[in-house]
Amino acid sequence: MKPKVGIPRALLYYYYFPLWRAFFQSLGAEVSLSGPTNKTVLGRGLKQAGDDVCLPVKLAFGHILELAGRVDYLFLPRLVSVAPGEYICPKFLGLPDMVRQTVDGLPPLIDTTVDLYRRHSSLWPTFARTGQRLKCGRWLVYAAYRRALAEQGRFESLLRAGRPPEQAMALAARDGNEQPPETAEQPLVAVIGHPYNIYDHYISMNLLQRLRAAGVRPVTAEMLSEETVRREAATLPKRLFWTLSRRMTGAAFYYLRDARVQGMIHVASFACGPDSITGELIERRARREGHVPFLNLTLDEHTGEAGVVTRLEAFLDMLQRCRGGGVPAAGPCRDGAPAAGTEETAGRAGCALPALVPSAAGGGNFR
Amino acid sequence: MFCRPAYKQYDDCEVLPVKVTFPHMGHAWICLSAMLEYLGVSVVVPPPSSKRTLTLGVKHGPEFACLPLKLNLGNFIEAREAGADTVLMAGGCGPCRFGYYAQVEHAILEDLGHHYRLVVMEPPQRHIGELLAKIKYVTGQSSWWQVVQGIRFGYCKARAVDELEMAAHRLRPREAVPGATSAAFKDALRVVVQAGRPADMPAAVARAREIMAAVAVEARPVLRVGIVGEIYTLLEPFANLDIERRLGELGVEVDRSIYLSEWINDHLFLGLLRNMRSRRAACRAAAPYLNHCVGGHGQETVGSTVLYARAGYDGVIQLLPFTCMPEIVAHSILPRLDIPTLTLTMDEQSGEAGLVTRLEAFVDLLEQRGKRRVSLPAAAPA
Repeated sequence: MKPKVGIPRALLYYYYFPLWRAFFQSLGAEVSLSGPTNKTVLGRGLKQAGDDVCLPVKLAFGHILELAGRVDYLFLPRLVSVAPGEYICPKFLGLPDMVRQTVDGLPPLIDTTVDLYRRHSSLWPTFARTGQRLKCGRWLVYAAYRRALAEQGRFESLLRAGRPPEQAMALAARDGNEQPPETAEQPLVAVIGHPYNIYDHYISMNLLQRLRAAGVRPVTAEMLSEETVRREAATLPKRLFWTLSRRMTGAAFYYLRDARVQGMIHVASFACGPDSITGELIERRARREGHVPFLNLTLDEHTGEAGVVTRLEAFLDMLQRCRGGGVPAAGPCRDGAPAAGTEETAGRAGCALPALVPSAAGGGNFR
Repeated sequence: MFCRPAYKQYDDCEVLPVKVTFPHMGHAWICLSAMLEYLGVSVVVPPPSSKRTLTLGVKHGPEFACLPLKLNLGNFIEAREAGADTVLMAGGCGPCRFGYYAQVEHAILEDLGHHYRLVVMEPPQRHIGELLAKIKYVTGQSSWWQVVQGIRFGYCKARAVDELEMAAHRLRPREAVPGATSAAFKDALRVVVQAGRPADMPAAVARAREIMAAVAVEARPVLRVGIVGEIYTLLEPFANLDIERRLGELGVEVDRSIYLSEWINDHLFLGLLRNMRSRRAACRAAAPYLNHCVGGHGQETVGSTVLYARAGYDGVIQLLPFTCMPEIVAHSILPRLDIPTLTLTMDEQSGEAGLVTRLEAFVDLLEQRGKRRVSLPAAAPA
């Protein structure tokens, strides 16, 4: 019988799922992914994880609990480092231990260490050990490893082409050379945040879809090449030692200088350690350069949808004003920018809003 | 290559630092200012951390940064008012946030109009020369021999201060006159601070020991509690609301898992001095609960708790600043260990009354548990 390997739809699933899926499938295992996030999943995670833990990790607990009863193995690698000289975050380092010590009735964990901290280290030892756990022959494991790397490569090039991760995952599996999506002449808004925050529909309150529906195209760090991000992040006084935060900061700096980008939304999760540092660096840079409006959204399990939507609408209104008049106009918006068409924006454009001056738009949160 | 410092380069900088300051961390200032003054560097010790320090840090610092960053920032702003112009700080290479403190704080200070020169003692990325250049920059004309002597002098002071602290922890729950230990500790500390040359140290240490030995004690049963957690909240009495004194007054003998001299031995001397407690033992003891280093003192927290449980302590208190990543990992593991634990999260909202209530409740529980263990000798071994 095929062993069933469970992979939680959380954390770095958004970056590495194709790699893991292709590997396990090539070994003849069945890959079982937890369902999309919903209220139940989050609720179970909140109950299980400690109070101080950040939202994404709480959510990961929820997904793990969902899988726990129905798989033979739970794949939960210890992600120490995915690039030389860099870490992910202390919570990723300790996640398998946290899970093992707090969740009862777990299937066997496959918690092989991914550690590329030293230069010239390779992923092969990780995969070799993982294959050993499933009692597969070395050659079979090696062939699966090569296939997994190839699929991951396809996935990453689809990401760079502007596909959202879940779409790119499906395309990468089909091995098709699809055309990049149509890029209409739409205003761009940079969305800077951890992939597991901005791509999770439930946690991000459909932020990306809302932006698309409002007629702007969201651009993210995942659409930039590693070289670009590295070059931009190198303008910092010291090299950042968190891979995800370095990507976010580099991308933010790049988009701040890109004339097509009309606004920037920084999505942080409450009590995220790296975000508190890099968010500050990005915000200070944005304020110093001073021509890209910046919105800081902090997400946690208490975030209400209405609050996020209101702030987002206010932000988009302001972008429209900036676009129309060059300088933010103090009076009601009459520039008739091409934003109508969806219910949300149509409703907003239709009603006579009170004079929203930019300084009041974010209620003090907009800087 | 990666680093393009926005601040002054050390190698070709003609201007020597005039007044050096550093952030507070408990009694670390005694050791640091002794070392720097021995080397002829003029030092501005920031005013002791206070409500004002914290308010300044909270106002200008990032909202979700941890407490130490906010206090450091407040220290720098207050030191600036006292005329300091160069910041001396330690760095790091992750995954704890501390490694990026200096750069973020410097950016905030620049935006506030406080132009500091920043000297960060980073673990060298490429070769040891980077670190040596920074030491040379701060110490100016001193020879390497003098630098070594200076570090030794600072270390002697750290040892002396730690010895006094341990004595105070032992005496406080047994003191005959309430408050006598704290008063004696203050006097003894002053004696150590005033020793200006390495040659004065033996006499100062002897005098300080005498002062501590003069505290009258009574024989009475005490509880033993270990304190573990993040180094800054452990060492800085302002950040932990003076928890060691409060516990001592409740009749608890405290042992702290980290002392400054041990930290210096582990991290600066790479564990060369053998007759000291070392983090290695704690990290070994953390398996199988926490099998990998998680940055900061996360693994040490778990390991030290295991060691305290083995040594028969009555309980363990974990201290962490709000949002501290390594300690949160440790926190989720502590309940599995066979010893009562209390986790206290410190931030700018921490109130004294809340802390005292929780400490009293915890101590009461430990007392009850101790009695039950005595009356039920057949219970499972701790």
